[in-house]
Amino acid sequence: MTTTINRRIYNGRKRSNGFFLCLSTFAAVFGLIWLALILYSLFYNGFSGLSLKVFTEMTPPPGQDGGLANAIFGSVVMSLIAVTAGTPIGIMAGTYLAEYGRYSWLSDVVRFINDILLSAPSILIGLFIYVIIVATTHTFSGWAGAAALTVIVIPVVVRTTENMLLLVPNGLREAATAMGAPRATVIKAVTWRAARAGMLTGILLAIARISGETAPLLLTVLSNQFWSTHMGGPIASLPVMIFNFAMSPYEDWHKLAWAGALLITITVLTLSIIARVLESSRKN
Amino acid sequence: MMADVAIEATSMECSEAKIAAVKRSGADDVRFRFLTIAAASVVVVLFLGMMGAMTEGAWLSIRTFGATFITSQKWNPVTEQFGALASIYGTLITSILAMLLAVPVGIGIAIFLTEICPRTLRRPIGIAIELLAGIPSIVYGIWGLFVFAPFFQEHIQPWLVDAVVGIPILESLFGGPPYGIGIFTASFIVSIMILPFISAVTRDVFDTVPGTLKESAYAMGCTTWEVVGHVVLPFSRAGVVGGAMLALGRALGETMAVTFVIGNSHRIHGSIFAPGTTISATIANEFTEAVGDVYHSSLIELGLILFFISFVVLACAQIMLRILHKRAGGVSG
Repeated sequence: MTTTINRRIYNGRKRSNGFFLCLSTFAAVFGLIWLALILYSLFYNGFSGLSLKVFTEMTPPPGQDGGLANAIFGSVVMSLIAVTAGTPIGIMAGTYLAEYGRYSWLSDVVRFINDILLSAPSILIGLFIYVIIVATTHTFSGWAGAAALTVIVIPVVVRTTENMLLLVPNGLREAATAMGAPRATVIKAVTWRAARAGMLTGILLAIARISGETAPLLLTVLSNQFWSTHMGGPIASLPVMIFNFAMSPYEDWHKLAWAGALLITITVLTLSIIARVLESSRKN
Repeated sequence: MMADVAIEATSMECSEAKIAAVKRSGADDVRFRFLTIAAASVVVVLFLGMMGAMTEGAWLSIRTFGATFITSQKWNPVTEQFGALASIYGTLITSILAMLLAVPVGIGIAIFLTEICPRTLRRPIGIAIELLAGIPSIVYGIWGLFVFAPFFQEHIQPWLVDAVVGIPILESLFGGPPYGIGIFTASFIVSIMILPFISAVTRDVFDTVPGTLKESAYAMGCTTWEVVGHVVLPFSRAGVVGGAMLALGRALGETMAVTFVIGNSHRIHGSIFAPGTTISATIANEFTEAVGDVYHSSLIELGLILFFISFVVLACAQIMLRILHKRAGGVSG
């Protein structure tokens, strides 16, 4: 009697176990298939649109041959400015959180707000920069775009810098302090140096993050069909060009949009892989 | 402080130059500390500045429309009548639909990776998922526009529309002409986009469950599913909810993946296949072409509403994740 009941219970548990494990395997397969499909069409369409011209020629009018050179240039310049401006602020703020103010109330507030800025919709950053820069200078400009990207860079660098500094063993700090080094020297010569690879990871991730940002640039730089190095006016950028070209009805613009998307994806993937390698080299 | 003590202890035998050096490094220390505090304050200033600047930008619209801005779905640039209801509705409905699909599948992937997957495959699949989480949303957007929407329009939607004819609720939910683009397509693409994110966070959270807890449950004779359901999930609940809310924050504010495929129509439709719009899609589509102060201001007020919605969601997510970390720290340490 009891054994048959037990058997029934066991069989039931076994069945529900099998059922749910199948379900989650199915979920994994389902999710991975869609992601693989997206990558497949990106690489297929992207490579068929990619050629040397993409790097050497300007964006064309519809129906003509051309490339994305001006857009690539604009993206690189704005990203460089944003990283140059955002990294020092991010590193210093992260240093405050991990070194001087580890337990202060200011750190709690900064951490909380930083984590919110980190995942805040980027289009809002575009609106913010529009109101404070574009609306007051009365012109869309490369500078405004770089400013928007800077606002995105800062929280990323703050977060990784703090995390990496917290991994540095306290013994190192104590040893340096015992040698008579002032706090600033301890930080600059010891903890920063110990966490160097990790902090570099943060900067790479920040570049990866901004290289695909479209919405904030759309509201601050607009775009430009021509070669322009004038940061005070609208300049071309890769993501906005992809957006404009993909929304257009022209077949050859679509091709360029795919090629641009492939370029961005390769950039992002390469940067994240380098970041990952750096991180694992630190662990070993 | 340290420097002061050093000065007192050694000043007797120190040369003038050494004292000067020590004083200099003390001043350097103060300056450096001040710089780090200033940089940390920049983060707070940026946040407050965002709130302030957007309120200021939206002021004209707030004054002109008052509360009717949120309750009206009229969006007419010609007569300058603006109401946000359709955009707010679209934002909420696309995010909810996307979460309905992405959360179960994402958690399924995490369970698969932590409990079922053969050990040799765990790392590569895990890394692949984390890398995919970093792909910019515009890539998902153009895939949706060029690949998914046409496929959906030709092969799935007509069949679905035929299948629900005559069935009372389903007909209004799935009915309508097969455009391919619309609320459903946008939700689907957003859900694929946030999927790697949810799986990565959930997997990390599952890893915080102490091995001994799981092993004890296995030793009691629990099946894998019982361990997941009775030990792993209850332990990591706060983290899973926090991760899901972070993903919801991304879904609410997602711009590029949505703008391509939502259809940009300011009308609330019963059917989830009908074109609609979201707050971010409206801003991205119309902002640079908007003419007139009221129009601009209304778009900024839309942004302000999105800011508040996502602030609440993200703040809850932070609190949830912090609860989990405290607990995980308490158990293992």
